[in-house]
Amino acid sequence: MNIHADLIACHECDLLHQIVALDSGSQANCIRCGAKLYKEIRNSLDRTLSLTVTGLILFLLANFYPLLTFEMQGRSQQNNLISGVLEFFSSGFWGLGILVFLVSIIFPLIYLLGMAYVLVPLRMGHKPWKMISVFKVVDYLRPWAMIEVYMLGIIVAIVKLSDFATITPGIALFSFAGLFVVIAAANASLDPRIVWRSVDIDGEY
Amino acid sequence: MTTARENSLVGCHHCNLIVAVGPDDIGLAPKIMCPRCSSVLHQRKPNSIARSWALLIAAVILYIPANTIPIMTVTSFGEGSPDTIMSGVIHLLEADQIPIAALVFFASIVVPIFKIVMISMILISVQFKSGWRAKDRTLIYRLTEVVGRWSMIDIFMISILVGLVKLGNIATIEVGFGAVAFAAVVVLTMFSATYFDPRLIWDHAQSNELMED
Repeated sequence: MNIHADLIACHECDLLHQIVALDSGSQANCIRCGAKLYKEIRNSLDRTLSLTVTGLILFLLANFYPLLTFEMQGRSQQNNLISGVLEFFSSGFWGLGILVFLVSIIFPLIYLLGMAYVLVPLRMGHKPWKMISVFKVVDYLRPWAMIEVYMLGIIVAIVKLSDFATITPGIALFSFAGLFVVIAAANASLDPRIVWRSVDIDGEY
Repeated sequence: MTTARENSLVGCHHCNLIVAVGPDDIGLAPKIMCPRCSSVLHQRKPNSIARSWALLIAAVILYIPANTIPIMTVTSFGEGSPDTIMSGVIHLLEADQIPIAALVFFASIVVPIFKIVMISMILISVQFKSGWRAKDRTLIYRLTEVVGRWSMIDIFMISILVGLVKLGNIATIEVGFGAVAFAAVVVLTMFSATYFDPRLIWDHAQSNELMED
């Protein structure tokens, strides 16, 4: 099979472009539809890796510490990240429970673990087993790991309750806010070409 | 300017590798795999128009219960007040939480309608083989892909509320079936946008129009 390592096709309009070297920080866009083709990111591997490890630590804190405390009429109640999911399950809303569990906990976790699984060995100069399959899963899950959206959901919930109750943020809330920033930064600093370049195609590339 | 397809090339969906294929290779069994990442290669995503329509129509049907059935009910001292998507926004307005009300209005009302209308428009224009304003249609497509997930804000808000407000008689919050329908609308429209292949927009664009930019 013939491959052309010097060409790239726009994934939105299929126009062919010659791959050119870029200065770090600059981005190549499709000349016809404007879609992003690729971006040259300085120290992409190191940056993404450190953000991923930070993300994993924050993920643990966000899941094991209390998120919010709700006080009303002298009584109080605490929740964790998983409380809503468990409440959905116990009230019979299985579909919603599974959906929220997946997009707010499982997918972000797989995303972070998958990135670490691919990037740690690459950093040390070798390729992990099944690297491509893992990286494809990570890539596919990216829009479904909805940490940033969940963060806004928490803010709206706090605003809704603050009228008639006292809400105190817990450690998990701050960790979660940090996680939101770290995941966004990891997304922005990952140049997927560092993974693809490490793959030999039967000596042709 | 030529496309990959015109040169009998195909770009891998996953790793962007350009692979040369015979004009008739694509779409025939056995499937051609990317030599780098082993994804199945397609010139265009298979059956994308039919898949996008199917998911979009399902979303349109569920859009009605999503907006009419309560998404949650707040019960305080025996008095229950059900909330739909829209009444939730109105309550925020009444509480003078203007920025948050605007955010929820945008994420829960504007974004789903925008997605449904825009994906339909793009699908119809592609089916009529229109070459009209291809660049703008691509831009709109890109936008629907990016904003889609933000509609989940209301679902996550409910998830926080039901897990937190469980104070027996004083206050409890329960999920309503409208939330299920609404979550389904968001997920279905996200998949509908994903299955669509924006390269179809350009397949019918006039070559002289392309040169204008």
